[in-house]
Amino acid sequence: MTFREKPGASNRPSSNGEVKIVSGRSKPVWEYAPSTEAKDHISLKNRYDLFVGGKWVKAKKYFATINPANEKKIAEVASASKEDVNRAVLAADKAYKNVWSKLSGKERAKYIFRIARIMQEKARELAVIETMDGGKPIKESKGVDVPLAIAHFFYYAGWADKLQYAFPGKKFSPIGVVGQIIPWNFPLLMAAWKIAPALACGNTVVIKSAETTPLTLYKLAEIIQEAELPYGVVNILSGAGDTGSYIVNHPKVKKIAFTGSTEVGKIILRSIAGTDKKVTLELGGKAANIIFEDAPIDQAIEGIINGIYFNQGHVCCAGSRLFVQESVKSLVVKKLKQRLKTLRVGDPLDKNTDVGAINSKMQLNKIAELVQSGIDEGCTIYQPECVLPDKGFWFRPTFFTNTAQSNRIAQDEIFGPVLSVLMFRTPKEAIEKANNTPYGLSAGIWTDKGSKIFKMVSEIKAGIIWSNTYNKFNPASPFGGFKESGFGREGGVHGLKEYLQV
Amino acid sequence: MNINANISSLESFHLAVDEVGAKERAASLAGRSIKKQSKVTAIKLAISMIDLTTLEGKDSDGKVYALCQKAMHPIDGEPEVPHVAAICVYPNLIKTAKQTLLGSGVKVASVATGFPSGQSPLKIRLDEVKKAVQFGADEIDMVISRGEFLEGNYNYTYNEVKAIKEACGDAHLKVILETGELETFDNVRKASIIAMLAGADFIKTSTGKVQPAATLPVTLVMLEAIRDFYNETGRIVGMKPAGGIRTTKDAIAYLCLVKETLGDTWLTPNLFRLGASTLLNDLLMQYRKEKTGLYQSADYFTND
Repeated sequence: MTFREKPGASNRPSSNGEVKIVSGRSKPVWEYAPSTEAKDHISLKNRYDLFVGGKWVKAKKYFATINPANEKKIAEVASASKEDVNRAVLAADKAYKNVWSKLSGKERAKYIFRIARIMQEKARELAVIETMDGGKPIKESKGVDVPLAIAHFFYYAGWADKLQYAFPGKKFSPIGVVGQIIPWNFPLLMAAWKIAPALACGNTVVIKSAETTPLTLYKLAEIIQEAELPYGVVNILSGAGDTGSYIVNHPKVKKIAFTGSTEVGKIILRSIAGTDKKVTLELGGKAANIIFEDAPIDQAIEGIINGIYFNQGHVCCAGSRLFVQESVKSLVVKKLKQRLKTLRVGDPLDKNTDVGAINSKMQLNKIAELVQSGIDEGCTIYQPECVLPDKGFWFRPTFFTNTAQSNRIAQDEIFGPVLSVLMFRTPKEAIEKANNTPYGLSAGIWTDKGSKIFKMVSEIKAGIIWSNTYNKFNPASPFGGFKESGFGREGGVHGLKEYLQV
Repeated sequence: MNINANISSLESFHLAVDEVGAKERAASLAGRSIKKQSKVTAIKLAISMIDLTTLEGKDSDGKVYALCQKAMHPIDGEPEVPHVAAICVYPNLIKTAKQTLLGSGVKVASVATGFPSGQSPLKIRLDEVKKAVQFGADEIDMVISRGEFLEGNYNYTYNEVKAIKEACGDAHLKVILETGELETFDNVRKASIIAMLAGADFIKTSTGKVQPAATLPVTLVMLEAIRDFYNETGRIVGMKPAGGIRTTKDAIAYLCLVKETLGDTWLTPNLFRLGASTLLNDLLMQYRKEKTGLYQSADYFTND
């Protein structure tokens, strides 16, 4: 395999020499055979109605959800209208007033534990469907999405009867009906992040899945039915942006929890201005992943790969701006090129796939447009020559060198497998550049010196900072942003506060 | 950098290793799913890379003779199964091994240099190497003086490897770091680079006499050192994890590590070995299982 290396329009010279290709022979000695995860154990309906008041309710309109890896239709799902949303909110309100707010914490915990346990039993099925509907590698949905989603239910189930210890000496009560809108990058996991704390605190839920990834939420609805959760405590809808706006604007919805783009976050804030609705927003990011010259370089390379190519870069906390200390920049770039060659891009259901399909045609176009802007602005692009499938939405893992803060690719959230490599000379410069963005969700710091880590952490304005690792999540650890990356925290004790009047 | 670089070149290598990250990466590579034809290929490849080893006080001519037979001819009725790469024995058994293996293509490796502790005077260790080569050893598996290394006498480590390499003459030199005694990955990386700078043809994890012996993360750290050394100097060095590799699953995980860290160039017995004694029969059992779909009883696989 060789590298496609395209100098940008300005023809600036590449700062690095040719990479030595270690495995230069044409025919590999040993190739991995396809190892496809079995699909025969999953059950999917051809058509999913809305899950309202504990029952499946027909909608007027339906739309198809496709597998982005082969563009084949998987199922049809309901598109919730204004009346449907109203029905769901009324069901949630009724369940809140008559049942859920009256239950003791211990009783609520029992239900949440039950959901978690049934999810465990169906973990493989959930993982396969998540991968089919969203395009992410099965390795990730099996190893990250599903187990973490389950862990969130377990974690918050444990809190349900211990809330007085979370807020000692304070009085608190649930909020009521909460409206939750989640993105397409981690559908089941984001649902767990939102539903679990809401239920633990005694609220009832109306949640809407993203347009391209509705299926695992409806599988969750089946699990909720199996767990015999009282009718109406969780209502699950699918639909596009207008469905979301009906939820946001419904007068009986007392709190909005939204994860998605900064653009939509701003619209939500505008539309609820002047109301008494509470809101938490988890929005975009353009995280700085900072590599110092004294960093463990090989592990930092893994951190860069994990930071930007995990889930095809469809991660709000993706480490999309790589800041490398200038003294090790050529070494890091060289190693990064070598590492990119070994990334396996292809069938998401293959257990050896590292990078799967782009979630949708729309997203693919957006990524392509931004990458083109990088080329047009004179940045140097690197992509491995991997073979991409004919059908489906695909984008090669990409990184740019010869980039500056002023390039669009280094400013805009791309939400794809595209990394901008930037450089710095001193810690002060690293902090300045890392903070020089409207976003502030996450950051990574790589150095062998503990003192440097503490100094950086205290000065970088980001909600989550990892040191010598990246993209690590735990239900006990709060997650959320600074600045235009949103406000409010999900996870941990902090996450409870967002679902209570304290 | 020059190939004839000396110990001062150590400074041009980045030496920090993060243990958590290295372990995570190794675990992720070990999670590769190897099925069907690729599994059969991997099994055959692994067999061809084995240094079939016996290093016991009770080793005798009879024992070594039998082991050599097994090395040349691992199993009946499977013409596609290759012979192993080498037999690994103590110096006193080299002659028997050499005689038995004559013309088979299976190499004779001998441990030497005061194996396994290395706690003998350097002169005696050098004499042992010369003797082993004289007896006909194709490959010498030396141990470094871990005491000197841990004291920070890196010059000593460099010089001893260099001296032993010279004593080897045409024989290939594998340098055992005994990673279980070096303990940290920083040490492992540093020792790997020193050994390579001093002329090692292979670097090897362990003697098999100290726990832990070979592990996936430690092997990964050494493979990365080999890659960086190649990138810096252009010289290709081989790798041998040894000790504790018992199952086909383990062996395949090691192959995945090599493939994705160094590339296919290294997937040859010339550059990668597995030091093991019981691994061979598990590979044979899995090979038969892939061919017939059935697991056979251990009684169908010979113990030599």
